Amino acid sequence: MTGLFYALLSLGGFALLAGVVLAIAQQVFHVEGDPMVDKVDNLLPQTQCGQCGYPGCKPYATAVAALEAEVNHCVPGGERTMLAIADLMGVEPKAVEQEAAAPMLAFVREDECIGCTLCIKACPVDAIIGAPKQYHTILADHCTGCELCVEPCPVDCIDMLVKPELIEHWSWPLPKTRRSQLGHERREHHAGHA
Amino acid sequence: MPAMLRNLAQRLGMMAHSFDGGIHPAQHKISAALASEPCPLSPIHILPMKMHIGAPCTSLVAVGDYVLRGQKIAKSEGYVSVPVHAPTSGRVVRIEEYAIPHPSGMGIPSIFIESDGDDAADDSIEPISDWRGMDPALLRERARMCGLAGLGGAVFPTFIKLVQDSRFPIETVVLNGIECEPWLTNDHRLMVEYADEILTGLAIIMHMVKTDSAIIAIEDNKPDAAKAIQLALDARDDLDDVRVVVLPTRYPQGSEKQLIYSLTGREVPAGKLPMHVGVLCQNVGTTRALYQAVVLGQPLTERMVSVSGDAMPRPANLRVRIGTPMRYVFARQGLEDFDGVRILHGGPMMGELLRHPDVPVVKSTNGMLAMREASFMSAHTQEQACIRCGHCSEACPAGLVPNLLADQCRSDQFDKAESYNLFDCIECGACSYVCPSNIPLVHYFRYGKGQIAQQRREKGFAEASRVRSEARDMRIEQEKQARAARRSSVRKTHPPKVEAESAPASEPAESSKMEQESKD
Repeated sequence: MTGLFYALLSLGGFALLAGVVLAIAQQVFHVEGDPMVDKVDNLLPQTQCGQCGYPGCKPYATAVAALEAEVNHCVPGGERTMLAIADLMGVEPKAVEQEAAAPMLAFVREDECIGCTLCIKACPVDAIIGAPKQYHTILADHCTGCELCVEPCPVDCIDMLVKPELIEHWSWPLPKTRRSQLGHERREHHAGHA
Repeated sequence: MPAMLRNLAQRLGMMAHSFDGGIHPAQHKISAALASEPCPLSPIHILPMKMHIGAPCTSLVAVGDYVLRGQKIAKSEGYVSVPVHAPTSGRVVRIEEYAIPHPSGMGIPSIFIESDGDDAADDSIEPISDWRGMDPALLRERARMCGLAGLGGAVFPTFIKLVQDSRFPIETVVLNGIECEPWLTNDHRLMVEYADEILTGLAIIMHMVKTDSAIIAIEDNKPDAAKAIQLALDARDDLDDVRVVVLPTRYPQGSEKQLIYSLTGREVPAGKLPMHVGVLCQNVGTTRALYQAVVLGQPLTERMVSVSGDAMPRPANLRVRIGTPMRYVFARQGLEDFDGVRILHGGPMMGELLRHPDVPVVKSTNGMLAMREASFMSAHTQEQACIRCGHCSEACPAGLVPNLLADQCRSDQFDKAESYNLFDCIECGACSYVCPSNIPLVHYFRYGKGQIAQQRREKGFAEASRVRSEARDMRIEQEKQARAARRSSVRKTHPPKVEAESAPASEPAESSKMEQESKD
């Protein structure tokens, strides 16, 4: 009889203790929102271009984290971003539908600009400065090349230019040896099949 | 085991310190005995807006302006930057992008000066004869305004290093006369011919950082340079606590961290500067340029260049004006046909292969080598599998494991390579040199470093874009709320007649909610 009593007491006591610890932990380590969203958002290029079909990077990250969207919709991110997200989410990589284009930059032809401020309202990263009836100009250092300002412009004075390559940003290519190329081909082969 | 024994002996002071690894490449210092000559003035000089590490300069002159030798023609933007000076007198004829000695073959904005042959100098910078009585801060400003940057090849702005920091007092100045790269002899000739000027420069540096002790390091393949410096030192009555140390020749002894370890036994930690271990290291060429800047009031407009190589008809050590086209210098030494010739900017171990000779001599040009294509062979296109011989690890002066790092870089495992301290690699090329499988190890490291830098840059840009986009969303939200609040306050004073009873609209929170609902 005492054996049963001890067993009940010890198990019950342990359950009580675990309950208390869990209750405290829930309060102390409470996480607001889904941490996965931020992790996915961190991998995205933050162009806010909307080419994924969502109104920005965060909404797409939310959809991916909730398993509502595929991992391969980010066009500017390209294959590398897709692989990183797939790795993070633990899902199978999917081939990207569209090749990532060279990084672009919007440019306002100032003598044609009528100062309507429509592009300023469209810019998701506040990279356009100007005021009503004043020329607008785009801050090249902040432009993500999302093209969202091109469509609203009533006089079509915004060009998308290829981002100029800077000598400071030049980096050495992979050495052109047979082995290094072989390795590269093999990697691409694996990525294509996965 | 021998390495451990050696370390122990060094710690106990039974053996001189010596950096780990290193190699003994063939010296080829064919121009060592050739006295330096001035290179004649070229008809045109091309001054790139950036010849140092740091921020590029902006031009102060316009096309058509007349400039004097030593006149400042571009001012520095930002702290880590030094101005550019006209190398001779003449007229500015063009300001446009032009190729610089860079492996990419790309160009940067440059000022073209057509020399008038007078070589008239701008003497607005006063010579300072009594520098001993001067405030080091003023001398430091002099080093900056004269455009001094490390002439050993790294071209880091010199004035930044010449500082007294109370947290890190400089105990010893190391004068770097090692010149461990094969073929190059420019520092060698400087030490032989301008020993006294170099020593005065050293005295100025020691005055600036408030120390009495200095070491002049020279490799034992330059006994005449060591002798010349020693003689000049003995003839002076100052500089008592200055030693000339002759080190056994080994590459890459001239690398700052390796040299400091060999001389003092102090290891500069990763990511730290020599200043953090109480040492200041200066190249002999920079030291002489400091002498010229302070005592003569001359900005940096000329430097010593070794023109050499197995395809060079007449090797020489030339004092070349900065901005002189390399094609002009080569032509003077008898090389005009570049068929089957490869041009190196700097030494063969760490220099850059240039695509064509139509680039100017810049502040970092310590050597211009013309090598026969045949002596390049095709070794690095015949990369074989790694046989795990470990020679690269033995040769690495930074204590890395090159074969492992190369595999990681080749397979794009950059975070792994970083955790194996890829960024401690000084790109000396000792590993590639010893590799029996002809693996271009350094090229893999450069590729890896470049990719990591690009990823960091993209990450930084994405982060900044996110911040801007979030700030914009927040601003729009605030504007919306402010509008709603304004509307509700207007409604309170002027209640709409029709829906007065249906919309009390007293609390702003409720009204904004309503507005959102109506929008949805």
